[in-house]
Formats: sequence, structure tokens, C-alpha cells
Amino acid sequence: MLVAAPVISIIALAMQPAPDVWQPLIEYVLPRSLLDTALLLGGVGILSLAIGTGTAWAISLHEFRGRQMLLWLVPLPLAIPTYLAAYVYVDLFEPLGLIHKTLALWLPLQDAVRVLPNLRSLPGAIIVIALVLYPYVYLSARTMFQFQSAEFAEAAKTLGAGRWTTFWRISLPMARPALAVGVALVSLETLNDIGASEYLGVRTLTVSVFTTWLNRGSLAGAAQLSCFMLAIVAGLIAIERYGRRNVTTEFSAESPRLTQRTPLTGIKGACAFATCLLPVCLGFLVPLLFLAHQSFKRGLFANFDMALWRDAFNSVAFASIATLTALLLGFATILAWRWRPNGLRYVAMNIAQTGYTLPGLVLALGLLAPVLAIDNGINTLAGWLGQSLPGLIIVGSGAAVIIAYVIRFLAVPTGFIKAGFERIPRDYDDSARAVGAGQTTTMWLIHLPLLRPAMLGAVIVVFVDCLKELPATLLLRPLNVDTLATSIYQYASRGSFEEGALAALLIVAASIGPVAWLTRFSDVPAGPA
Amino acid sequence: MTNFRATAATAALLCFTAFGASTASADGEVNVYTYRETKLIQPLFDAFTKDTGIKVNVVSASSGLEQRMKAEGANSPADVLLTVDLGRLDDAVQAGVTQPIKSVVLDEIVPAQYRDPDGQWAGISMRARVIYASKDRVKQDKITYEELADPKWKGKICIRSGQHIYNNGLFAAYVAKHGEAKAEEWLKGVKANLAQKPSGGDREAARDVAAGKCDIGIGNTYYWALMMNNDPEKKPWAEATKVILPTFEGGGTHVNLSGVLLAKHAPNKANGVKLIEWLAGEKAQKIYADANYEYPIRAGVAVNPTIAGYGKLTADPTPIAKIVANRKAASTLVDKVGFDN
Repeated sequence: MLVAAPVISIIALAMQPAPDVWQPLIEYVLPRSLLDTALLLGGVGILSLAIGTGTAWAISLHEFRGRQMLLWLVPLPLAIPTYLAAYVYVDLFEPLGLIHKTLALWLPLQDAVRVLPNLRSLPGAIIVIALVLYPYVYLSARTMFQFQSAEFAEAAKTLGAGRWTTFWRISLPMARPALAVGVALVSLETLNDIGASEYLGVRTLTVSVFTTWLNRGSLAGAAQLSCFMLAIVAGLIAIERYGRRNVTTEFSAESPRLTQRTPLTGIKGACAFATCLLPVCLGFLVPLLFLAHQSFKRGLFANFDMALWRDAFNSVAFASIATLTALLLGFATILAWRWRPNGLRYVAMNIAQTGYTLPGLVLALGLLAPVLAIDNGINTLAGWLGQSLPGLIIVGSGAAVIIAYVIRFLAVPTGFIKAGFERIPRDYDDSARAVGAGQTTTMWLIHLPLLRPAMLGAVIVVFVDCLKELPATLLLRPLNVDTLATSIYQYASRGSFEEGALAALLIVAASIGPVAWLTRFSDVPAGPA
Repeated sequence: MTNFRATAATAALLCFTAFGASTASADGEVNVYTYRETKLIQPLFDAFTKDTGIKVNVVSASSGLEQRMKAEGANSPADVLLTVDLGRLDDAVQAGVTQPIKSVVLDEIVPAQYRDPDGQWAGISMRARVIYASKDRVKQDKITYEELADPKWKGKICIRSGQHIYNNGLFAAYVAKHGEAKAEEWLKGVKANLAQKPSGGDREAARDVAAGKCDIGIGNTYYWALMMNNDPEKKPWAEATKVILPTFEGGGTHVNLSGVLLAKHAPNKANGVKLIEWLAGEKAQKIYADANYEYPIRAGVAVNPTIAGYGKLTADPTPIAKIVANRKAASTLVDKVGFDN
């Protein structure tokens, strides 16, 4: 119900007539932005799938020098918000930027500007966005590769299959549900993104929603466009489900033995290391160093603004509470479905995933009406009872921000936990029941321990996502409250985001901890050699 | 599970107390919703508090504030809404979240052209939409907006997205002046003259001129001054260009407003009006002019020397209200001619 509220609210908004909006939209805007959106989603999907799966496979199933370090490093781009990556890369590649000036050492300035790649383009957006979003695929793929039982790989080996054949024919198909979750997350993040795509000049549907509302003053038109987007996403999810309807990926119950890692030595090991390191450098180290350099150069470390601590505290507090709530709700939804699947719960499970498909701003707008209806209701009630009016409790306390986060990111724990449950054979439940264990006992003793990696993954992703969230935070936060993200926005909207470099660094720093923590706990010992 | 719940509940409670449902309508306070970045207006609010003892509470956002006020209804804590451009003024009025500002002081200070006929909003500072021209490659010192569509500029103009509020304001002014059909022709012409797909911001327009990508860029008056005076790194961008104040044929330069509105349910209405009048006062206007290089709305307050160096501003006399009315048409035209593609 919680998640459905803004969706219903958006649909209600969409019901209002917006006659003069659609005709020009259909004629001039939609064909182009549909194509751009499709190309962007496709491009980012393929690129992040390639990077995420490749690194996950190399790291999970091979042993080479530097692997331990990569375990920590590879997921780190998750700590970089897409809009920050866009700012940084445009800054580096812009005319008179670092790359241009370096080129100008050999070429005349005006010629150098011509060979400069234009990042403010569809290919530029695809590369920049994929570089920071691939960890979604990596994380879900890794969980899958790690727990693949050894017997499949061994069987393949005895039949004479090489490592690559095993990868293509065994590992990859088995990891498909996890990869689908990862790519779905990447696609939804991409679709929701306004900051990066707008900055990079790609007019996606989301950007169109935004313009329709702002310049044409038509919230109804924007809401209708959003519904249209929702329909597209629902379609994509349905296609994806249909595509893997016959794939079973439960453990082989008899032999949950883990695959041993193939050692790679010498040049092969070095190549594997270098290949895995490259996306980390581009997606994480480059932005990090850039921000650190800017902070240092501008003396931001020396003149530390104490307000930043307060903003950081707000960010972490909002994010932690939202994460816990989302995890609980996600787990409860999926568990209810596992225990007793029925139509209603199926619907509930699917609704839990819709929040993610709404752009943050649209979600915030949709949320305003129901949340404030409650707030205003409380006040009316208080006035009626002759009490003093409490004011707007939900919005005034920041609870509205948390509600927005939970709705927005509930899809993550739901997706992760669902994928996790799909790997736990129903036989386990049945066996537990056979020895007299109730549902709750089964949950505590069997489900929870087996789900730990999936849940940890979900916690990290949601927490970091909350830290990075911008549009809903901007609109719903109480008076005099800022988070790190809104603080960066203040600078960026003045066109000098470098001055917010320190706040950006703090977001990254706050995210590194959880991300690294995740990798530490998710690496399982290899099977006996 | 229960443990989890207990933890979550405790955490939620902590949150409530931490952020406290504070400061709704106590005496000696005023609550401001703003599209202006707090970093920019905080010095103004600090000065106001010092002068009057009234505390200013702020929420700043990039969009949706009038929707929030609408949803908050009669319980909204908002007293004053500050906007960065003329479009939002109208949005707020349309959303029905404002009330007329009854202030003789304000009516005296702000010229009628920059006020809503019904008193729903008033401009508080101005900026002009001008041309950053290459010092080396552009010999002209005068350019009209109409001329931007002249084929002699083919491949030489850089501009940000046609849907950005600043361009939307300029294009709406063009529609108000010449009508939709002519505006469409003009936009097509400008589009044909672009050196690259519309992108970046106003600073980037200056940068691209400096790097030789284009000869003229379109930007607001204050960005150039900020680059010149406040940002050593971007100073070369400004130095490579000169600012030309363009005009409409037979008219003046297009100006945009940052404006102020009084919330319909303002719980601290008296303080709100006090703040609005203070913002139009000499001290505030001086801070506006020097901190953000905008043109003061108040006659008699000196324009910052950098801005004055552009030449004397003769503003387009078209009433802002008429420009606002053409926003939608301008936005549709941008899509129609595929300006941003």
C-alpha cells in the first residue's frame, strides 16, 4: 500500500486532462526520446553486463595475484553517483580541460579541440553511466558464480569443455536470473537518472517528463508520460520473466560443494588483474582523484565547513533508517510469497518493484499528496479535539524523505532476496517441515543464513543509493535540513560543482565503507583444491 | 523479526527527535521556500536577521516547491517563495499558493513592468540574456537577437539547451514580440547557425568561444562577471570574450527576473512582508548587485562596475507578464524545430 500510494497519486494526476500537451509531444518529442532512451538503456545494459559479468567471472572462478585487492576494488564505483561521474568526465574532456591541454602540447589548440571526443553525446553518456553502474551486475553475478556447485563445471570438464566453453555453456546460463536482476537495476537507475543524462545532453523520457512539467506547466502531462514509462518498464520486466520461465537455478541438493578456483599464473594472471582493474580506475579512481585534487586545490580541506558534518550526519541517518525499513519490507513481501503464493501476494510483490521505475522527482510529487493528506488530517483532528495544532509532522520531521527512499528503493531488497530465495531449493523447506520445523524456525535456521549474502548486497545497494538520491530529497526535506547530495546540488546549480568537491568526497567516503564491508563478507572460501 | 522491528522503531523515533518538527510558526521567524541556492542568499538572510532579529528558515529545491505548498495546504509553514526566473512566478500563481503582496513600499520601488498586475509577485533583481563574443573573431559591437538567425553566423553560435528556463524566457520574449510564426522561423535560423548540439551551461558557452569551437555564445550577464572576478580557473574563458548587450529590433535587451511571492497561508505573514520589503531595500539590493552581479530592481542602487562595463542596459519594455504568457508556446516551438537534437 505504501508503495502503491504515489503510483495511485500519479495515476490520479494523469487522469486530469492535458489536451494541448500530448499532440506536440507525440509529434516532435516522443519518437526521438523513445529512440534515445532505448539506445541509452541498450548501450548501458550491454556495456555494464560485459564489465560486470566479466569481472565477476574472473574473480569468482579464478585465482591470481592481486585477486584479494580486486575483491575490494571492483564494486567501488557504486560509491560514485552518476551525476558526479558526468560532471567529472565532462570537466576532464571539455575544451580547455585537462585532456585538451595535454593534447595541446603536441597539437595547436584549435586542432586539439577537434580530436577531443564529445562526451555530451549518446555514446559519452553510455560509457560514463555504465562505468559507475556495472557493480550492480557484478555484485549479483558474483553471488551466483560463487555458489555454483562444482559438479557442473567438473562434468563439463570431463566432457572435454575448456574454461571458456564452461563459461558460455554452464556458468553464464546458470547466472542468468542474477544477471537479469543486475541489468534490471542498471536499466532502472539509468532510466531514472535526470542529472547525468540531462547534463550529457541525452533527452531521455525522464528528461522529457521534466521539461513537460517545468516549461509547459503541465503536471498532468508529466504524470501521463510517467504512466507511459511505467507501462514500458512493466513490459520489459514481463519480457525478461518470460525469457527465463523454464530456467531452474536451485542448488543441486545432493552436492552443494563449491567450485574450486582455477589458478592463473604469469602473463595470464597479470592480464586478468589488469582487465579487472581498468573499470575500477575509470569508474572510481579517476573521479575520486579528481574530487580530491579539486578539494585540495581550492583549500577546502583547510577551511573545512563544519556544516558539512551536519549534512553528512543527516545523509547517513536518513539512509540507515530507510535501508532497514526497506530490507524488512522486502523480506516480508518475498517471504509471504514463498510461504503461500497467491494472486494478492504476487501483486504485492510486483508493486514493491514499481517504486524504482518512477523517477525520483515524479515519485516525490506523487508522494506529496498522500503524505500531506495524513499530515493535514492529523491537524484537522487535533483542531477538532481542541488541541494545539502540531504542524506538519511527517514532512516537518524528515520522515517524508525516508518514506520516499523506502518506496524508491524497495525493489532492490525485493529483487535480491527473491533471487536469493530462488537458489534455495524447495526440498529444504520440505525437509525442514518433515522434521517438524515450523515456518518461523525454517526461516531462522535455513532461509536467513542462506540469504545472508543476498541481504547484505541489498543493504549496501540501498544504503548507498539513499546517500546519492537527489530529487526527492530536495523536494521533501524539512526546513533548514541539507544532505550531502543537496549540498553538492547547491554548488552544481551555480555551475561550479568543484566547490562542492568535498561534499562529493564525503558521499564517496561514506559509501566506500559499506561497499568494502560487503565484499569482505561476500567472499566465500573456495572449495577444497 | 521482532528485534528488527524494535530497532527500526527506535531508529525512527530517534529520527523524529533528531530532526525535530521544529520551527513552524513561532514568533520572530520567517520560513522561506526558495529556488535560489542557499549559498547565494544566506548572506542576505544573515543580514536581515541582524537588522530585524527575525530568524530565517530555508528550504531550497530545484523544482516542485509550488506543488509542495499546494499539497501542504493551510498547514504549510511557507511564508515567502523566492524564484530564480519568471516562469516559476506564474507556476506558483497558477497553483493557487500565493496571495497579493500588499505593500506600498514595494509598489514604489519595483517598476510596474516587473510586478504582477494583481500584485501576486514582484521582481527582486534582474539579469540580461546577452552575447559572449570572441574578442579576436567578432568585430561587431552591436548585435540584435533577430540577427542571430542570419546565415553569416553559420556554425558559429554556442548555446545551452533550448528548454532551459533562461532560453525559454528569451524565446518567449521573442514570441511576445513577433508572434509564433516568426519566432519559429527565427528559431530554425538560429538552430542552423549552431556550432554544436545545445549543451552545457552559460559558462560553457564562454569556454567554447575561448577554445575556438564557436564565435559567439549566449549567456546571462552575471556568469561572465563571476568567471572574471570570482573564479581564477575560468577567468581565461571570460578574458577571451567580450560581452555584447543585444537588443530586439526597435526594442531593448531581454531581461529575466528573480522574484518573490507571499504564500497564501503564510503563518508569519507580517514577517514575510517585512522580509520582502527588506529584500527590495537599499542594503539588500547592494548585496544582490555585488555578490551575484545582478541588476538591482531599485533605482538609485549602483550596478556593480563589472556589469556596468558591458554598457548601459536598456531593458526590453515588454511587460514580464506578457512574456510569461508565451512560455508554453516557446517550449513547444523548441521541440517543433528540433532545436536540441
